[in-house]
Amino acid sequence: MRKLIKPLVFLVALVPLVLVLVKVLQNDLGPDPAQELAKITGEWSIRFLLIALALTPLRLLFNQVEFVRHRRMLGLFALFYATVHFLVWMTFLLEFRWGAIYEELLERPFITVGFSAYMILVVLGITSPKIMVRKLGRNWKRLHRLVYVASILAVIHLLWILRTDVGEAVLYGGLVALLLGYRALHKFRISNSMRA
Amino acid sequence: MLIKKPSDIKSSEITPESVFRNRREFMVDGAKALLGAGVASAFPGMAYAQNGDLLKARAPAGLSRSAPAAWWQDKFSNIKPAPDAEPFYTAESLTPYTDVTQYNNFYEFGMDKGDPSANSSEFKADPWSVEITGAVAKPGKYNLEDILKPHALEERIYRLRCVEAWSMVIPWIGFPLADLIKRFEPTANAKFVEFETLVDPETMPGIASRFAIVSWPYREGLRMDEAMNPLTLMAVGVYGNYLPPQNGAPMRLIVPWKYGFKSIKSIVKINFRETQPPTTWNDLQANEYGFYANVNPAVHHPRWRQDMERRLPQTLFSRQYIETRLFNGYADQVASLYQGMDLARYY
Repeated sequence: MRKLIKPLVFLVALVPLVLVLVKVLQNDLGPDPAQELAKITGEWSIRFLLIALALTPLRLLFNQVEFVRHRRMLGLFALFYATVHFLVWMTFLLEFRWGAIYEELLERPFITVGFSAYMILVVLGITSPKIMVRKLGRNWKRLHRLVYVASILAVIHLLWILRTDVGEAVLYGGLVALLLGYRALHKFRISNSMRA
Repeated sequence: MLIKKPSDIKSSEITPESVFRNRREFMVDGAKALLGAGVASAFPGMAYAQNGDLLKARAPAGLSRSAPAAWWQDKFSNIKPAPDAEPFYTAESLTPYTDVTQYNNFYEFGMDKGDPSANSSEFKADPWSVEITGAVAKPGKYNLEDILKPHALEERIYRLRCVEAWSMVIPWIGFPLADLIKRFEPTANAKFVEFETLVDPETMPGIASRFAIVSWPYREGLRMDEAMNPLTLMAVGVYGNYLPPQNGAPMRLIVPWKYGFKSIKSIVKINFRETQPPTTWNDLQANEYGFYANVNPAVHHPRWRQDMERRLPQTLFSRQYIETRLFNGYADQVASLYQGMDLARYY
């Protein structure tokens, strides 16, 4: 039974991709499909980042190790959706005009911020196998704290592209603040209790 | 009394000579109409004027809107068709009616592109009145019927370029804003025109959104010479049909050489003033949205590069990614308005 959880989580995490592919094949993305596809994949990337960030607090709250067992996989799904998002942007929105891509990365602040978040996720993805954890030792944990930075950058990236309705970005921003805040509070409590 | 017997009537008297001479063209036109019908059935969203109709484009019969009030029908019974040449016409393929009416930015009805068509069923375009204020000899509150009465409607096919880097080609029905302005007799102090959109939280659910950071009413403005340019249109219809609420019913502005947000919808107030009016987007983010907002591929918006545009509709595998032209391709008509101005500074 326990063994079934992992493949199940994997399959559920693929559902958004399947739904998007169905929409692509049915040409059901509206008159501006490139824009819509970029929006959907970007949103799922942030959502998986939030899910991965929520696992540690959930384990602490419910004292259930099961939560963190899938942390790496869900983090990699955030990277996966971010990669699709990035490729959609390069292919369908900029048509592989390398000069324009280069300019966008440097001159459009919200893109610089989003790309920085993506680069962090790439580095964390590369260093996610067990062998890298062993090789990096203590530094692995330090390096992987960069996910906090990536999640903040991702929310700024989203907030910056919205024209006026900031509801969604405020929700995600609030969740990031909550998840990071919980960690800070937990750490503070531990150091206090150790002193006592 | 001379009564001609049928045998006395020459065929040249029955068929006007010009039509007789043009019979070949007539046949070609007929063939085109047939082809058009074929295209229309292949793409159900596509709309074409029917055979015998002088207008270049009509809403698909099943989607036609009923008149907001009886007098509208009279108004729309006689519309001058679009000419065959630029600038009041473009041969580029039209964006289908369904996309023109279901992919909109009209934040009073919601923030998503589909919200305006989905959330505007309560909107009432009749009765409607427009307040004329400021530096004019004839200010006052006018019924829309009186506003429109002296103006003959015409069809114009314009490109519409959104600041978000997508564009459409739309057959509007309207009349020159210049003709309307002249009737109110602006004084020498009228250097700018300011427009306001209706604010009615009852019928415009987007206004209540707590996350919309717009302060209503939506405002836009033009310099007087921009307003008087023959391209500037007051639109009351689209695709030969009454404007749906999501497209700015009952009356909206169309300024085809500027980004779409300048073309303010559902106008309830027109004010003439000496100083440049505050405008909604410029107030929100002055570094991003200028007062002029002329389409310009060389001046990028902080979020969207403007050298190319996605012509809608597209599918992922048949994309129309085209080069954006200075003043949206209307430079011949409007470039002189901005002579000597630094367009990167006055964006």
